[in-house]
Amino acid sequence: MMSGDESWFDEAAGPLVRPYAMTRGRTRPASNKLDMITLVVAVRADVDTVTLDPEYAEILRLCQRPLSVAEVSAQLDLPLVVVKVLLSDLIDSGYMIFRPPMRATRVPDKNLLQAVLDGVRRL
Amino acid sequence: MASVDSERQGGPNLNATAVKILVAGGFGVGKTTMVGSVSEIPPLSTEEMLTELSVGVDDLAGVEGKTTTTVALDFGRITISSELILYLFGTPGQGRFWFMWDELAYGALGAVVLADTRRLDSCFPSVDFFERRNIPFIVAVNCFDGADLYQPEEVRQALAVDEKVPIILCDVRQRESCKQVLLTLIEYIIALAPALAGDRSPAVTSS
Ligand SMILES: Nc1nc2c(ncn2[C@@H]2O[C@H](COP(=O)(O)OP(=O)(O)OP(=O)(O)O)[C@@H](O)[C@H]2O)c(=O)[nH]1
Ligand SMILES: [Mg+2]
Repeated sequence: MMSGDESWFDEAAGPLVRPYAMTRGRTRPASNKLDMITLVVAVRADVDTVTLDPEYAEILRLCQRPLSVAEVSAQLDLPLVVVKVLLSDLIDSGYMIFRPPMRATRVPDKNLLQAVLDGVRRL
Repeated sequence: MASVDSERQGGPNLNATAVKILVAGGFGVGKTTMVGSVSEIPPLSTEEMLTELSVGVDDLAGVEGKTTTTVALDFGRITISSELILYLFGTPGQGRFWFMWDELAYGALGAVVLADTRRLDSCFPSVDFFERRNIPFIVAVNCFDGADLYQPEEVRQALAVDEKVPIILCDVRQRESCKQVLLTLIEYIIALAPALAGDRSPAVTSS
């Protein structure tokens, strides 16, 4: 689960609050760029609860359908920074895949906007 | 639909696109109420940690050692189809939370700036923010009962926003009214798209 290049809190930072302990003191995802509406989903339907830490297993159970990073954070009642680290671990180790929100350009696709408009009209 | 990035081969097909719209405005103007009125789920709340790095020096005055505070951020979800999800984020309006605004605004389709005519000035910072970043926004005036009713044009003058920016009256407690606000915003974004597309340079996003 560890990719080796995480930044750690130094010892002088004082006692770690639980969320930080959960991420082993790391404060930012090692590799993946996750933002609040990045969608994540578990790759497999079965969750390996024996070898995985409970937090990881819980995320995999939750993410059997695509959820945004913000939703995972809200459901687990964990701060975004912590959830992003846990999710990066799961992505790096192949348990999850993610889909970044569209953003190649500042200008959203016309068809996408039309689909959003139609969707809101149907509400 | 936006193009599908294939992050990994052979996994489940994650072909949904997520988009977001921000609901901004001053303290207590009705942001959370609006999110709740149109969301398919009760508004969820997530927190972002505010560490000493993101806090201005003033905020740390008198505080000993390392501090971590959190700021709650609420949001709702509208599943348009299995391929398209719209998230609405209520954006904390207070200046001390601005460190979050960049991440919130990044990739947003646009924003609704909620205004309360009794305290119009409380939405100035939001208007400034979106204007400077060239993020499409409209102004929705939440008509609290008993509040003096101003005409949209009076609000426009007070806010000094461009003539093209739609300004509409709404009641954030009414689903239909909120729907209308979103439709106005999306139609406005669609109308703006050609103009924005002509200026695709990174300068579009810088202030
Ligand atoms: N009478 C009346 N009350 C309203 C209206 N809109 C919101 N409220 C009430 O005003 C209060 C604040 O609304 P919220 O939706 O929490 O406002 P907010 O902008 O999310 O507030 P903060 O997140 O604290 O900045 C709540 O008690 C609402 O029920 C309105 O149109 N009329
Ligand atoms: Mg609120």
